[in-house]
Amino acid sequence: MNFKQYILVCGGTGCESSKSDEIYRNLLSAAESKDVKSDVQILKTGCFGLCEKGPIVKVLPDESFYVHVKPEDATEIIEEHVIKGREVKRLLYDTSDSKANKAMENLDFYQKQFRIVLRNCGVINPEDIDEYIARDGYAALSKVLSEMTPDDVIAELKISGLRGRGGAGFPTWLKWNLTKEVESDQKYVVCNADEGDPGAYMDRSTLEGDPHSLIEAMAIAAYTIGADYGYIYIRAEYPLAINRLKIAMEQARGYGLLGKDILGSGFNFDLEIRLGAGAFVCGEETALIASLEGERGMPRPRPPFPSVKGVFGKPTVINNVETWANVPVILHKGGKWFASIGTEDSKGTKVFALTGKINNSGLVEVPMGTTLREIVYDIGGGIKDGKKFKAVQTGGPSGGVITADYIDTPIDYASLQKLGSIMGSGGMIIMDEDDCMVDVAKFYLDFTVDESCGKCAPCRVGGKTMLHLLEGITKGKGTMDDIEKMKKIALGMSKASLCGLGQTAPNPVLSTLRYFEDEYLAHIQEKRCPAGKCKDLTVYEIISDKCIGCGLCARRCPVSCISGEKRQPHVIDQEKCIKCGECYSVCKFEAVSKK
Amino acid sequence: MGKLTLEELKKLRESKQKEMSLRDTSDKNVHIIIGMGTCGIAAGAKDAYSAFVDELAAHNLGNVTVKQTGCMGLCHAEPTVEVIMPEMPRIIYGNVNAQVARDIVRKHVLGKILVNDHVFDRPAIDIVEGGGN
Amino acid sequence: MSTVNIKINGIPAEVEAGSTILTAARKAGFKIPTLCYHPDLPAWASCGICVVKIEGSPKMLRACAATVSEGMSVITQDPEIHEIRKTVLELILSTHPNDCLQCLRNGQCELQTMAADFGIREVPFEARVQEIPRDESSCSIVFNPQKCIKCGRCVNVCQQLQDVWALEFIGRGDGTRMAGAGDVVLNETPCIKCGQCSAHCPVGAIYEVDETHKLLEAIHTPDLHVAVQIAPAVRVAIGEAFGMEPGEITTGKIYAALRRLGVDAVFDTNFAADLTIMEEGTEFVSRLTKGTGAIPLITSCCPAWTDYMEKYFPDMIPHFSTAKSPMMMQGAVTKTYYAQKANIDPAKICSVAIMPCTAKKYETRRSDNMQSSGYNDVDFVLTTRELARLIKAQGIEFTKLPDEKADSPIGMYSGAGTIFGNTGGVMEAAIRTAYNLITGKNLEKVEVDAVRGMEGVKRGAINVDGTEVRVAVAHGMANVRDLMKEVQQAREEGKEPPYHFIEVMACRGGCIAGGGQPYFTTDEVRRKRVEGIYKDDEASTVRCSHENPEIIEIYKDFLGSPNSHTAHQYLHTEYVPRPLYRK
Repeated sequence: MNFKQYILVCGGTGCESSKSDEIYRNLLSAAESKDVKSDVQILKTGCFGLCEKGPIVKVLPDESFYVHVKPEDATEIIEEHVIKGREVKRLLYDTSDSKANKAMENLDFYQKQFRIVLRNCGVINPEDIDEYIARDGYAALSKVLSEMTPDDVIAELKISGLRGRGGAGFPTWLKWNLTKEVESDQKYVVCNADEGDPGAYMDRSTLEGDPHSLIEAMAIAAYTIGADYGYIYIRAEYPLAINRLKIAMEQARGYGLLGKDILGSGFNFDLEIRLGAGAFVCGEETALIASLEGERGMPRPRPPFPSVKGVFGKPTVINNVETWANVPVILHKGGKWFASIGTEDSKGTKVFALTGKINNSGLVEVPMGTTLREIVYDIGGGIKDGKKFKAVQTGGPSGGVITADYIDTPIDYASLQKLGSIMGSGGMIIMDEDDCMVDVAKFYLDFTVDESCGKCAPCRVGGKTMLHLLEGITKGKGTMDDIEKMKKIALGMSKASLCGLGQTAPNPVLSTLRYFEDEYLAHIQEKRCPAGKCKDLTVYEIISDKCIGCGLCARRCPVSCISGEKRQPHVIDQEKCIKCGECYSVCKFEAVSKK
Repeated sequence: MGKLTLEELKKLRESKQKEMSLRDTSDKNVHIIIGMGTCGIAAGAKDAYSAFVDELAAHNLGNVTVKQTGCMGLCHAEPTVEVIMPEMPRIIYGNVNAQVARDIVRKHVLGKILVNDHVFDRPAIDIVEGGGN
Repeated sequence: MSTVNIKINGIPAEVEAGSTILTAARKAGFKIPTLCYHPDLPAWASCGICVVKIEGSPKMLRACAATVSEGMSVITQDPEIHEIRKTVLELILSTHPNDCLQCLRNGQCELQTMAADFGIREVPFEARVQEIPRDESSCSIVFNPQKCIKCGRCVNVCQQLQDVWALEFIGRGDGTRMAGAGDVVLNETPCIKCGQCSAHCPVGAIYEVDETHKLLEAIHTPDLHVAVQIAPAVRVAIGEAFGMEPGEITTGKIYAALRRLGVDAVFDTNFAADLTIMEEGTEFVSRLTKGTGAIPLITSCCPAWTDYMEKYFPDMIPHFSTAKSPMMMQGAVTKTYYAQKANIDPAKICSVAIMPCTAKKYETRRSDNMQSSGYNDVDFVLTTRELARLIKAQGIEFTKLPDEKADSPIGMYSGAGTIFGNTGGVMEAAIRTAYNLITGKNLEKVEVDAVRGMEGVKRGAINVDGTEVRVAVAHGMANVRDLMKEVQQAREEGKEPPYHFIEVMACRGGCIAGGGQPYFTTDEVRRKRVEGIYKDDEASTVRCSHENPEIIEIYKDFLGSPNSHTAHQYLHTEYVPRPLYRK
């Protein structure tokens, strides 16, 4: 039976939370009641990436890209589009040129993207292994098992130049080779799916949209290093991803792509899912191993590295989801092909989760070397409300900020490091002129302090002490001495913390101190927050020349601290003011100033 | 299905690829667009649609999309179908029933020969050089 | 031994392959400061004090955890390293109360010493001390989380060395704290009161319940006859608190010190150790030859072990020797036999025990049998550390004391009694007497080498008149589980028991390294204390319990024969299954 049309409903967590599942069910029942079930196939796929516009529904082969779809739109889509062949215009992604740009591929958001990791997201039904197979899935595994030796695989990976996408960018071939070279009766492969950076969800989307790519990659690694068992360590907060993984594993077992004697090659491999409780530190590989073993998730000293002594003391390859997702493509299309994408230092693509003050927040996959400007303006559609771009935070709480001066920097491992940030797992938080950089540093430090496991003293005590200093500064209680103290703590933390979390926790502070020292000085010396973000330093005043005495602000003030005669300029009682900003936003005459 | 061998995996991939290729629009260069306005549907556009899909599948044609559009404004000649493909002029066929649809696939798409009787909007003969009969 | 060539601060050194940078550096004469590290434990690597630089690497490594590799060039000290270590130390100090003068560890605190070594004069960071109440629920251990520096030693000792899992990290980040497992008070956890946590704590966060005032009060109570016994292991360790070498035998000085404190009678637990051998040895021979009870017989003189068994291996209860521990026997005969002989009203006797052990504080109240005399057989227990503190506080110059003798009729001991203090000692002492009980003659060589040494589990077979008696000795609670599993498995499979006699001591090395012994116990210290114990044995004229004249006398005058009705009344007890968690 052949379908005439296909309706793809985004089944990523973002769209699901805006009722995409209900849309999906409504579409099914509408198709049923209108008797077009045999004409149209309705599927749930992984994330399309343009999460800002979700829930997204795509109709093929017409390429109609519907955005912000509601469950009640389902009947109309079936009746109008499927039955009558008329696109539901009001749901189409609104672009300035009407027809030419309606197809997804033509949207600016997708134009500069290059999808390797997300190749199947939004394209296949992640709960159907056949669809993955049709998209050359398990072709790499077939090739590896039937034609390649472990050394061949390593060589191919080496040519590809793939580096770990989880943070530090360690060459993947080297990691595999180290583990391969260790003699042991038992080895393991582990997928680190404990994604935890604020605002980052690349891994979740990959798992939800294309779970088989992970299974295939881990099987390839297991074959290469001589392992026969693997673990996927995933946070329990990703129920959809877990469910899709379970289905995928079941289907792979059904086809004998997991289990004994895979594809008749004599190679055995199976997988198990281990749920994490969502502690950020468990993304650190030694803490992950501890947690996976059933211990409290706390890091262990390295060396020994997991490649020598990993899960249950056995040699272990740990890669994160995005790294794994690259592997089948590299082996299928060749390392050379992969190495042709990207820059000298960084090959392939990188997925970023674009959030913050940006028009098109969502998931984007771009070749390494794409500039920040292209990501922010061409793909991201620029800054919200036409405000001024100030900086972008990359690398999450372990990274730093990149300022407008460096917006034309091609993004790769080396260039980010040079700017005092890191690639990290791919979070990109865009900040505009209203963001206070001291406050941003405080936000990230607050996060790492909260997520510190508490094992080592530098991170446990240093982080909290530094956070208190920052809090003091944002409250106008800082002294110049505090900056020196923070630098002193930062050195201690970065050198003496046990794991990456503590070692990199001071980075947001150091980075903002490097590029925005003037903002710190304004807070400390002038007791002023230039962005007007730090409440304790913000002063609202009524400009008497402009105030006509309408009394609106006085009526709206929640603490009744504005007084004045009718038609006379009003006054704010600074003692009582709680700096909520209500007067500032309600005044129709711009008579309230914010300093 | 039970455990796969290398060969079976390959076969499964090929058959599924064919099925899924209907969805994929990226490397398709032949477009068949059916007018599916009320008039078109009333005149039997749905039958034609099915016939297109079946015939394309029968010939293993992965590079063809069948899309629908609204009324083309040629209501007297419904169902109407537009065929766009390289090396051929844009042609609009009229009165396309299931049989005509199959002919269009066999002659126009595969043989690059116009289905003369149903060409609604016949271009000047010089454009159809080497194509017309 | 394979070696690697490294450089430490530019100086070439050939060190054992696989050794840590810390060990290698110490051998080469460079002391890298450590705080959380303890040689008994695998490196936990939490404090961050021991960081060193490796030439060519941007990262700093922890010397306690990182191992040396060929060609490595280590820098253990430079201005930056010093600055980093000092910062970390200052951070730790900022969360630690500033009340050293009132602290039990004053003068013996590792953090205090380190602060002094680093010349800390002020802490630049805000003081943030966790406001958590003291846990005084246990009769043995006090836990003061305010002083805890989260080095992790107590938790790791409890989990890794002792396999008890009564302590755990609770919370995370700045809110991390050590607490009873499941965040209940210590008394409600599976804690076996071994006190190893307190012996390993670098600061004053976890320590023995201090009962020194009770001894002073008893001494100063008119008409109260204070009788004190000292355990075998105390004599080779207490000297350390007064600057003496570990293993120096100070028995006579302890007797003298106690008399100077004002106690009325000084006895020796070693006497009761001999008594224990008479009872337990007889019990063993009877089980072995007459089948009167379960084989293997398992020793029960370690109260932490019996507590552990009652909680974790209640099915082993029938295997336990019903003989009380020497301390409880000594207490029982003090208030009965001695009271009669000396014509003192037992109600007017205060029976005190000086023990290397915190669990002994619990043992005195563990069941009704502990009042076999009609009174508390032992009124209270002081650990070695407490006695040392008391001696200092009372102005007694311990090292200058003369060697005195214990009081009769329950103060004399054999070499077998004294070796109770270390691992293998109870077994060896029992073999010496059991051999005699079975064969009617003494072993030609009384030393039983198979059960000596620091191996975690020692196994051996002794030929007793043609019969092979299989024995096993375990110390350090974590070594016990497998041994018990072996016995259980044989029992389930209906096989011959793998052993006839098993000795268990909860602490690594035995009582000489008990939880109440002086601080800074390491394997090196253990070895010296054990040497001291064996020296005391060798120096004894009587080497076997059954030949101790006062033992012979007490059976003749009071107990009748071993395992007699009277003996059972005063010298035996029973065990009951107990829940892991109370509540």
